[in-house]
Amino acid sequence: MINLVDLWVYLSGSPLLWLTVTLVAYIVADAISAACGRHPLANPVLMSVVFISATLIISKTAFPSYFAGAQFIHFLLGPATVALAVPLFRHLPEVKRMFVPMIIALVVGSIISISSAVLLAKWLGLSKLATLALAPKSATAAIAMGVAEKIQGDPALTAVMVIMTGISGAIIVTPLMNLLRLKNYAARGFAAGLVSHGIGTARAFQVNPLAGTFAGIALGLNGVLTAILVPLLLPWLL
Amino acid sequence: MLHAFAILLCLQLAGEALVRAIGSPLPGPVIGLALLFACLVSKLPLPEATNETADGILKHLSLLFVPAGVGVVQQLPLLGAEGWKLLAIILVSIALSLAATAITFAAIAKFMKIHDETPEEERR
Repeated sequence: MINLVDLWVYLSGSPLLWLTVTLVAYIVADAISAACGRHPLANPVLMSVVFISATLIISKTAFPSYFAGAQFIHFLLGPATVALAVPLFRHLPEVKRMFVPMIIALVVGSIISISSAVLLAKWLGLSKLATLALAPKSATAAIAMGVAEKIQGDPALTAVMVIMTGISGAIIVTPLMNLLRLKNYAARGFAAGLVSHGIGTARAFQVNPLAGTFAGIALGLNGVLTAILVPLLLPWLL
Repeated sequence: MLHAFAILLCLQLAGEALVRAIGSPLPGPVIGLALLFACLVSKLPLPEATNETADGILKHLSLLFVPAGVGVVQQLPLLGAEGWKLLAIILVSIALSLAATAITFAAIAKFMKIHDETPEEERR
């Protein structure tokens, strides 16, 4: 008879367990999302994160031992970013046609995203550190954390804002666009990627491939523009 | 599939190396994206399965954000008493910027008479 406690002690310390839990939790979450007709509230990232976090708390597992397994999935974000070139190339004719609207929407969206967050934070009397963490929230995590360092913010707190922005945006984008009666899927996808970076892009790919492509472009362009604009705009906003 | 994955990794590696070499503010994978795009545009011979492999990874892009998301839950105590205010600001700010971006894009496309050709059945 195997001692279950010993078995747990052995497995919970190995990367295999948490890699498997992450993958299976996502497969279940994705199946639920599909069963709900990809309803925005049934967001697979959010469901998986909630389930795994609860499991970690109940099993008293520290994050580093979870990440020892989950890092293999996290690592794939790099090659996935490179892979975005494929849909971009496939939809090149549409992208070329939409070039002017894209660039103007990029500048408008990026400025509004940064300034609205900073001004609201100032208005509600948030601490300087929280305000600085909000400024680059729409850039992809790697860029936002770099910006945070540059403006003497806290990179860890910034990463929290980035992920919260990603998940919330992926949830509200579809109902908001329907409310605004916007049927241009290039425009909808572009907004999702600009505001909610990779998580918004993942949502856009769920909805349709053209929206996903424009989201991927917006994610790249707004990452660059945020890195340029945040240090420039902050002295004016604060 | 194996060759295609190796190409993705090689281009990411090249991107990381370039970032270190020229001190670019962009992350390595974004440079890798630009490099792969350049390869596709210049019609360089890439492994046959490059398209399918890229589509396969992107189909489950959501999965890749799960570990980072779990990390964020661990950091939530960092937010302290400001947590709810932060969430409220994020929601208002993203609603404003989503609307502004999409409306600007669609309005200018309409003004320039560029039509969106998304097939009706793909819309949701």
